[in-house]
Amino acid sequence: MKNEINEAHEAHEESSEEITKKRRIVIPGEVIVSGEDYLPGEGVRREGNDVLASRFGLAEEAGRVIKVIALTGAYIPRRNNVIIGRVFDITFNGWLIDIDSASSGFLPIDESPRFINKNEMNQFLAIGDAIVAKIWSVNAKGTDLTLKSKGLGKLEKGFIFRVIPNRVPRIIGREGSMISLIKEKTSCNITVGQNGWIWIYGSSVEAEIKARRAIEFIAEKVHVSGLTEIMEEWFEKNK
Amino acid sequence: MRKINKMAKEKGTFKRPSGRGLAEIRKMTAKVGVVPNADGSAMFSFGDTIAIAAVYGPRQLHPQHMQDPSRGILRVNYDLLSFSVYERKKPGPSRRSQEISKVTEWALLPVLDLKEFPNTVIDVQIYIIQADAGTRTAGINAASLALAHAGIPMKNLICSISVGKQDKNLIVDLDKDEEDFEEGEGATDFPIAKIANSDKYTLLQLDGKIQPDMAKKVLALADKACEEVYEVQKKALKEVIEK
Repeated sequence: MKNEINEAHEAHEESSEEITKKRRIVIPGEVIVSGEDYLPGEGVRREGNDVLASRFGLAEEAGRVIKVIALTGAYIPRRNNVIIGRVFDITFNGWLIDIDSASSGFLPIDESPRFINKNEMNQFLAIGDAIVAKIWSVNAKGTDLTLKSKGLGKLEKGFIFRVIPNRVPRIIGREGSMISLIKEKTSCNITVGQNGWIWIYGSSVEAEIKARRAIEFIAEKVHVSGLTEIMEEWFEKNK
Repeated sequence: MRKINKMAKEKGTFKRPSGRGLAEIRKMTAKVGVVPNADGSAMFSFGDTIAIAAVYGPRQLHPQHMQDPSRGILRVNYDLLSFSVYERKKPGPSRRSQEISKVTEWALLPVLDLKEFPNTVIDVQIYIIQADAGTRTAGINAASLALAHAGIPMKNLICSISVGKQDKNLIVDLDKDEEDFEEGEGATDFPIAKIANSDKYTLLQLDGKIQPDMAKKVLALADKACEEVYEVQKKALKEVIEK
């Protein structure tokens, strides 16, 4: 399968490499700033005159808005995320997909890229098959997926591994810079799912392992700036 | 131990068998991110008592009838491992471990905001790998860190400490020897958990006897001790990122 997922990654708002001035680690209940001028954003609440963190992560000031970016934790599905999942059940009108989050994903038969006979659903996707899919709706009942977009579909060959989902924006980099660098240096096909599952397929096992090691190296470096340069050095060293 | 206390009685001063001061906590260590497969994890120890907590979730809750469509639920499991004590403990759940699981759950729940995760469960596993009294308090401290590490929205951390009484003296953070003390008025164990930097208590248990006017002093001692616990927890959480 040709892998042209770049477009799909790019759209992701939370590119954590945005340059903001003040950033520090906060723990739940810690006062980030005091004063009436600030607005509480995501992961933050106001109590009297203080703005407090309500989760563990990096506090960021963007103008008057204060927010906390989570660094750890389980994946929470969002609309338009591209994710990697695995089929774990087939129902009469679709597939149930394990997307490594609290709710399982559902891929209706109508959302497959071509017409599929209801009696032959397991010939298209069988239990245990891995897919790249896009989330098209998140509601109380669950998460609905689609395969009708460029670069989505079944994953054959290669292998899948998992990183902490919150580190995905770093692995992709600003406008996909980081992932393009890794693809270029290892000449592997790589798909990064927002749920932290990563698929790699390359010409040789060595190249695949190198790509995986590079990604795991990035996932460990949480708040180092200029990671792309560090990675270029890393590739020089690990030729 | 008996000897020391006899001497203490004669001299009119009291000394703890371990040589600690009355309000001195055993050496505390905390480490976050100790279980790679969990969504959040932490280790917390008071001297020889070591607790490991792992958080999984939010994830789908089975059996389905336990699901709550308005909010997520918290499920705590406390387990004192068989090798954690001198005499092998029979493994598996017991009356005691069920009780501690439940009180730990109640101690943690007031700070969690689980409205964002309907129909799901957050599982907290607490393993005591070495026990020297104060396991529930160490477990609560570890679980609080692990929940924060798992990125669960919470109002604040929970700090926990046990205050006790040996004969007529109030002491902080009892160890096993002190808990088994039988002379005079005997030993009292008073485990407390509170929301950090506030005066809201989420766990109050009492094992033994205590005079009502002394209970107030116990809370004052606990408040001070919890501040120390909080500093250790705070440091551990900040370290995990800075490595």
